[in-house]
Amino acid sequence: MLESGKSAWFPPEGSTTAAHVDLLLYFLVAVTASVGLLVAFLMFYFCIKYRRRPGAGRPAKTNASHALEWFWTITPMFIFAVMFIWGAVVYVDAYHAPADAIPIYGIGKQWMWKFQHPEGQREINTLHVPLGRPVQVLLTSEDVIHSFFVPGFRVHMDVLPNRYTSVWFQATRPGDYHLFCSQYCGTNHAGMIGTVVVMEQADFENWLSLHAEGSLALEGRKVFLKYRCISCHSANSGARAPVLEGLYGSTARLNTGKAVVADDAYIRESILDPGAKIAAGWENIMPTFRGQVSEEEIYALIAYFRSLKRGETPRRVEDYPPPTATPPINTTAPDGRASDGRASDSKPSQPAQP
Amino acid sequence: MSLRDTLFTPAEQTALFDHTFLARERLEEQYASLPHQSETAAFGMWVFLATEVMFFGTLFLAVGAYWCLDPQTIELASLELNWKIGSINTFVLLASSLMMVLAIHATQLNQQKQAYRYLLITAGLGICFLGFKAVEYYIDYRENLIPGFKFDDAEWIARGVDASRIGYVKIFLFLYWVMTGFHALHVTIGIIAVSVMAVLTRRGRYSREYYSPLDVTGLYWHFVDVVWIFLFPTLYLLGTHTL
Amino acid sequence: MTIATLPPPAPLPAEPPAERSNYLNVSYGVVSWLLTKDHKRIAILYLISVTAMFFLGGAAISIVRLHLITPQGALVSADTYNRLFTMHGVIMVFFFLVPVAPAVLGNFCLPLMIGAKDLAFPRINLLSWYLYVVGGAWTLYAMLTEGVDTGWTFYAPYSSQATHYNVVPTLIGLVLAGFSSLFTGLNFIVTTHWLRAPGLTWFRLPIFVWAMYATSFISLLAVPVLAMALILLMLERLLHIGIFDPALGGDPLLFQHLFWFYSHPAVYIMILPGMGIVSEVIPCFARKALFGYKFVACSSLAIAFLSFLVWAHHMFVAGITLYAALIFSCLSFLVAVPSAIKVFNWTATLYKGSIAFETPMLFCLGFVALFTSGGLTGLFLATLGVDMHVHDTYFVIAHFHFIMVGGMVMAYMGGLHFWWPKMTGRMYSQWWSRLAALIIFVGFFLTFLPQFVVGYNGMPRRYYQYVPEFQVWNVLSSAGASILAVGYLLPLGYLFYSLRYGPRTGDNPWGATGLEWQTSSPPPRDNFAVTPTVYRGPYEYDTGKAQNEP
Repeated sequence: MLESGKSAWFPPEGSTTAAHVDLLLYFLVAVTASVGLLVAFLMFYFCIKYRRRPGAGRPAKTNASHALEWFWTITPMFIFAVMFIWGAVVYVDAYHAPADAIPIYGIGKQWMWKFQHPEGQREINTLHVPLGRPVQVLLTSEDVIHSFFVPGFRVHMDVLPNRYTSVWFQATRPGDYHLFCSQYCGTNHAGMIGTVVVMEQADFENWLSLHAEGSLALEGRKVFLKYRCISCHSANSGARAPVLEGLYGSTARLNTGKAVVADDAYIRESILDPGAKIAAGWENIMPTFRGQVSEEEIYALIAYFRSLKRGETPRRVEDYPPPTATPPINTTAPDGRASDGRASDSKPSQPAQP
Repeated sequence: MSLRDTLFTPAEQTALFDHTFLARERLEEQYASLPHQSETAAFGMWVFLATEVMFFGTLFLAVGAYWCLDPQTIELASLELNWKIGSINTFVLLASSLMMVLAIHATQLNQQKQAYRYLLITAGLGICFLGFKAVEYYIDYRENLIPGFKFDDAEWIARGVDASRIGYVKIFLFLYWVMTGFHALHVTIGIIAVSVMAVLTRRGRYSREYYSPLDVTGLYWHFVDVVWIFLFPTLYLLGTHTL
Repeated sequence: MTIATLPPPAPLPAEPPAERSNYLNVSYGVVSWLLTKDHKRIAILYLISVTAMFFLGGAAISIVRLHLITPQGALVSADTYNRLFTMHGVIMVFFFLVPVAPAVLGNFCLPLMIGAKDLAFPRINLLSWYLYVVGGAWTLYAMLTEGVDTGWTFYAPYSSQATHYNVVPTLIGLVLAGFSSLFTGLNFIVTTHWLRAPGLTWFRLPIFVWAMYATSFISLLAVPVLAMALILLMLERLLHIGIFDPALGGDPLLFQHLFWFYSHPAVYIMILPGMGIVSEVIPCFARKALFGYKFVACSSLAIAFLSFLVWAHHMFVAGITLYAALIFSCLSFLVAVPSAIKVFNWTATLYKGSIAFETPMLFCLGFVALFTSGGLTGLFLATLGVDMHVHDTYFVIAHFHFIMVGGMVMAYMGGLHFWWPKMTGRMYSQWWSRLAALIIFVGFFLTFLPQFVVGYNGMPRRYYQYVPEFQVWNVLSSAGASILAVGYLLPLGYLFYSLRYGPRTGDNPWGATGLEWQTSSPPPRDNFAVTPTVYRGPYEYDTGKAQNEP
């Protein structure tokens, strides 16, 4: 594990985003320093050149110049336009995670960070990520507003209760990077510090296998069965709720005629506030699970739905008792395809016969 | 030299101990003439009313924001408010504003006695408004419409609100209490001001030549009325009522 | 009175004028001060209260900066630290920066500058002071007993549900103080419209008056929104309704929007008067008309208007949508343009002037340098791609302190030193005051420049401890703060001293053209024996004539 070069002068440039932000910074520094130094120089120069000399008469009035006024009104606007556009481009890039980003499920609470990998590994205050792969951290809070801030990656996003936000980054240098909470959240706000550990791919795989617990999607399947979601969302004919295979990421048609993308926030809302959006052709009969299901369980369900392919809805609890063996570990992309082409490990393995 | 004379200039003594600074049309030293002073006072009240618009506007915004988030629940909540009393109150306030206008008009015609009567009716109608409001608040209390104090979740579920959406009902009702509460507070201040004006009018302080405090009070009273005109539909008429 | 000759830099009349009746000696006794209607006396009352608040807020942050010398922060506990920085923010923003220039200098100078005998509503002016004092006492009581630890931004749901400190009393005090500034603003707007002397058209008004007008405009429209936001927060805290609490169905971002809808324009309430002061001082000491007067005047109004359109640039990473972020970033760049116009105009005023370096000028030149630097760093924050990194770090703290402290406090010092002879009839020591200006300037840079670096490095705000690699910057910053403290204590010394032992000045020690300088120092209680008539604009130093000279 290499040290990411903790210098006091400049934060380490640890991600692709960091490189973009730093370049933008240099541009801003160059422009503002030039203008600032110009103004400072002019002031200094005028103060010296036009200092009051004894016996001097009254200075003449310099003609106010409309041309000059418009010049120094319009010119800054052009410079600002460049700054705005460049800044917007960097921000938009940081806003939209790539489709193949590894999802990490993060929870902030007073005063710690909890992370869960799709393969199920849980971490507290530390986050291991692979080098060179985009990672998206989905974030929510269990209490007050926090903020997920990794200066080395230049990523920053508030973590809100009852809502999802996310950041994404692609680490470019192995090492340890500080993770700070940067939204005041109480007594130990300054203690809500973590570390993001960037590892080479091989080291990361190694780490994953050492901490294997069972994939998050598998967890989600267990939650799905535990809360008896299967009793309505089953694959039987005459089921009272839609089957959820392939739902994640698709466009859901609502009974109001509107179409929405079934993303993480949609799934969370459907569990906690089912009356908000009803799928077309179905009745508003789903009970709310607010107060029963925890944030971690919701994350697990999301991971499950991400991986749920056609024909994979479990039939009935009794037919398929939860698997007892830990499925094989591999890094799985959100669409279910494993990085090495093997089948998704979120598909339940053949149950061991009791 | 009395203690008063050591402490205060003659002008200050008049101001402090005359007790009629509210009433007496004393031309303040910074004004060139009485009309100058009167116009400035009216302008000042307009500026103050602009700030009140921003004050109440924040609450209207909050209601609007939550209505956008969940129109159905908010409308269901709005349906339970007592629109009948609200309608009566609307007419009461409109009538009181008319009375206020007539009072000022009478003063402009130097009909102080008439003006006094109109002012009394204005204040009286204001008190009616508060009375109806009190009755309405009592009915709201009986109907469990006070979130955080007297509220029944089950009633709302029976009315068709999702259990997870009760929070919005509470927020809406909370905003109802805050908005009508602040409005009632402003009405109360207005009633006091109008009553004082009535007393002073009776004493003949105001005439065609000088009635600036009446003017200013009138502006305030009309504003209180206008706030209600917006408040009533925003809170009471979101859903579709049936008779 | 004419300004036929340029006065010497150290104004000392040959014989001190006999003490005429002025607003200070026209009546004695505490009651005559506490029940005064005189805008000048009310300004002095504010001066005393505001100065007390400044040093209280400064004391709080001195402890903070001492504590931050070591990464573990061994001086105070985490809870105490959190309450200290909150106290610093609340006092400095609401009880110092917002009222200082309008309530002290504005109250004193505005009627004089427009040739009026008082403000439009003198009793409301006194009421403003009482609201300020009561609000201040209430908030101070809340903060000095249990304390508040939410930061001056009071974000929900921490402030409404999670914190166990004295939020509600603090907020009550703030609402009262808010109404204080609202009434002051109302007074100024009405006064400027209705009480101008004959011949004083809008475009002959001193820029300070334009600045007060623009400031008041913002106060009037923004303060009520804050008042309501804080009232809702209080009620939520007391009644657990959940308008801002997500657990109960509310939206925490609604609080942030309502809060920043006031607090962003508030920062312009804080800086516009400073710009007005500088626009008075630079022409006076350069003996030249302000370059581009109309542009400077209109830019004040433009800033006031645009300031209402940019509030969500405090929320770029708060969870707002991409489109909202783009719009607010664009508008934030727009609001920088009028400020830039002013800076260029001040610089152009120096061109071909005849510049003397009295203390007020030193402070104001310092203002231009520091405000420009701070304003330029504001561009970094308007730029989405950089703000997403430096949001809620020391970079932001450095930015706004450059503007508020390097900008507004320097300008206020400049104004205080400029109008001190007018207000008190005494002159202070030139040597000590210039020394103070220099110490403040140096101390300021040392305190806040390192904070840009440590902020970009990622040190978040409101941290009672930090990672070791940030230590060098924190030590530098704390060292600068100690110098700054000395710089601020010095004026307390020499200004007080001047009240008793300073030489008495004439009516117009600086040879300025404004109407306030055409009456005695200190002015008589009713400002002008005869209401002046105005014949020309405010900075006609080339003609050498005052505004009311025919």
